[in-house]
Amino acid sequence: MKTLVAARMERCIGCQSCSLACARLVHSRLSWYTAGIRIGSSGGISTGFEARVCLACDPPPCAAACPTGSLTPRKSDGGVKQDKKLCIRCGKCVAACPVGAIVQDDSGNPYVCLHCGRCVAYCPHDCLELAEKGKARLGQEVPE
Amino acid sequence: MIRPDFRVVVVDLSARKARTEFIPGRAQWLGGSGLAAVLFEKYGNPGLPWTDPPQPLIFAIGTLTGYFPLMSKTVCSFLSPYHGQYTESHAGGRSALALRFADMDALVVVGQADRPSVLSVGPRHMDIIDAPFLWGRDVFTTGKMLRHMLPGSGMRSILRIGPAGETGCAYACINVDTYRHFGRMGSGAVMGVKNLKAIAILGDGSFPLPEGKAYQTAFKDIYALLTETSMMNKYHDLGTAGNVAALNELKSLPWRNLQATTDPGINGISGERFANDMLLRNAACAGCPVGCIHIGFLREKFMADHRYLYRQVAYDYEPIFSLGSMLGLTDGFAVLGLMDAVEREGLDCMSSGVALAWATEALEKGHVSQEETLTPLAFGEAEGYKTAIRHLGAGTNDFYRRLAQGTMKAANHYHGEDYACVLGQEMAGYATGETFFVSESLSFRHSHLDSGAYSADQKPQDKDAGKIVAGFVKDEASRCVLTSMVGCLFARGVYTGERLSQALESLGYADVAANLDHAGEDIQRLRWRLRMRSGYAPLHAKIPKRYREIVTWKGPIDAEYMETLRQTYAHKIMELGQEEAG
Repeated sequence: MKTLVAARMERCIGCQSCSLACARLVHSRLSWYTAGIRIGSSGGISTGFEARVCLACDPPPCAAACPTGSLTPRKSDGGVKQDKKLCIRCGKCVAACPVGAIVQDDSGNPYVCLHCGRCVAYCPHDCLELAEKGKARLGQEVPE
Repeated sequence: MIRPDFRVVVVDLSARKARTEFIPGRAQWLGGSGLAAVLFEKYGNPGLPWTDPPQPLIFAIGTLTGYFPLMSKTVCSFLSPYHGQYTESHAGGRSALALRFADMDALVVVGQADRPSVLSVGPRHMDIIDAPFLWGRDVFTTGKMLRHMLPGSGMRSILRIGPAGETGCAYACINVDTYRHFGRMGSGAVMGVKNLKAIAILGDGSFPLPEGKAYQTAFKDIYALLTETSMMNKYHDLGTAGNVAALNELKSLPWRNLQATTDPGINGISGERFANDMLLRNAACAGCPVGCIHIGFLREKFMADHRYLYRQVAYDYEPIFSLGSMLGLTDGFAVLGLMDAVEREGLDCMSSGVALAWATEALEKGHVSQEETLTPLAFGEAEGYKTAIRHLGAGTNDFYRRLAQGTMKAANHYHGEDYACVLGQEMAGYATGETFFVSESLSFRHSHLDSGAYSADQKPQDKDAGKIVAGFVKDEASRCVLTSMVGCLFARGVYTGERLSQALESLGYADVAANLDHAGEDIQRLRWRLRMRSGYAPLHAKIPKRYREIVTWKGPIDAEYMETLRQTYAHKIMELGQEEAG
């Protein structure tokens, strides 16, 4: 299955268009926080930016921690599917994620990348890629 | 959040309390410039000095902030330490989206903290943190310390001042997220007088979007225009620095305190030279895919045995003019070094460069001596300027304290008014001709962005003062609409009235969309009224002699026409600023 990879974050300018796109298109929210991908500096804006996003663990510890089956492993290649109506907003997935890729909103709803790739088109510097596992052009030059 | 009223958080530093207020009038005042003016009318007192503790420092965003790309700026309004009158300064960074996601249409800071403090605000918190240990620290050190003290990396905006704001420099800036600034007219000193070293705005809110397709379609269309067409290329590619060589070619780039308007040394500081040799990377304001922020690198040897440090310095047209050509520098790396020094002190780059250019000529002419300047100042010599910038931030002696109050104030004292390059404030980098000189001298923010005058000067035009002034006024009203949304003025070609209406309607603000033209004019007039109430006398604004001595691509300046234009515009401003009957 295809997986979202923040493959070329050295190019990131911190515009947050990806986070805003995820919130807008996937969750119908206006936010740079309640999104499956979030952008922060690596330690101050002079240090460049990093993406806080699901790394598609296989098996995913967030799904293992989820007590209700709201998060379950995808068919292959890591990452999770989400059934929001099963979620009891316990936050165990947030605690289980080793890289801080899941956040909860005020009401406790979790936001995790579903590897749909809708953010990719909104990155002006082609930092992001939706690719089959192991096939992302990590650090490769992209044609002009 | 989409709502008819403005949600405004008012923080009183004296009482250490905050309250939330709902202010009506979105269709009339839009947000940004309009909302800031309404809030100043409510909380400010134009009859009292800017140092009076209750005077407000206002940060306002607009109706479209965060909802659409390039709606990424914040308007800061205050009584200016530069002239004591009502003014605005604009900045981006993450400030606008942080305010949006903190669910604040505006943040108003009143009162005075009893010791140096940091204000931290968000949707669910308001803390005033004692921070005497930050007082005296430069902008970079302050930023690094604050990052560890405050929550919300990636979702916050940090506004901070340097030594210049603490010492009351009339052109101290507020640094926004390292690479952007509320640059002009001294907002940094307003924070300083309030004992406020920094403001951190945490935005972790999340709001529902309108149902239906209208919003998603409008967003997609506007995003495509901004990213898939060539409309924003000039900002994305060389950035504003691309104008440096063009203005030099046009005999319109101020050199050596405007003793010349073109120079063969241009190749060392052109936008092309910066991009090819010094550009490290780009950055963007949150919510803007253009990424116009150009960050250059500077490597400095500080010790033998190849010990180096490096700096990252954001550059643009204006700092290249003010700290480059205006100071006679033709080495881009040296210019970056001065930009870095100015950033560190928390000074406005334009005013600082122009002030030091005046000081250099004053030293040449013997109007001041090295006893005053404490260091040799000579066009083309960067090291002296670096030392002088530290003195300017610190206010080391009477000379630097006077210069820090504005070049013309120092010039009045030392008898150097004729060659002070001041057009309302230290000039922006456009020696384009009569239209720009009059516009910047008199316009509301004394900014090159108040009207398209510098662009108009670059084309043949009739010397019809009435027509030109009518153009200024119309242009200002339309810019008031955009700076109330609050859009980046670089996007003014994209956000036509029609597209703004489409965007507003898609969010359910049909009433706002229907009133845009009227609102622009109402905001324009309210801003002028506030300026007048705080003491502005446009008829008395002078254009220094230096501006009558220069030659542009059009030839010598037509002093008679410039005076007619000045008078015509001044009278028009008086009319715009008249109090409403009843």
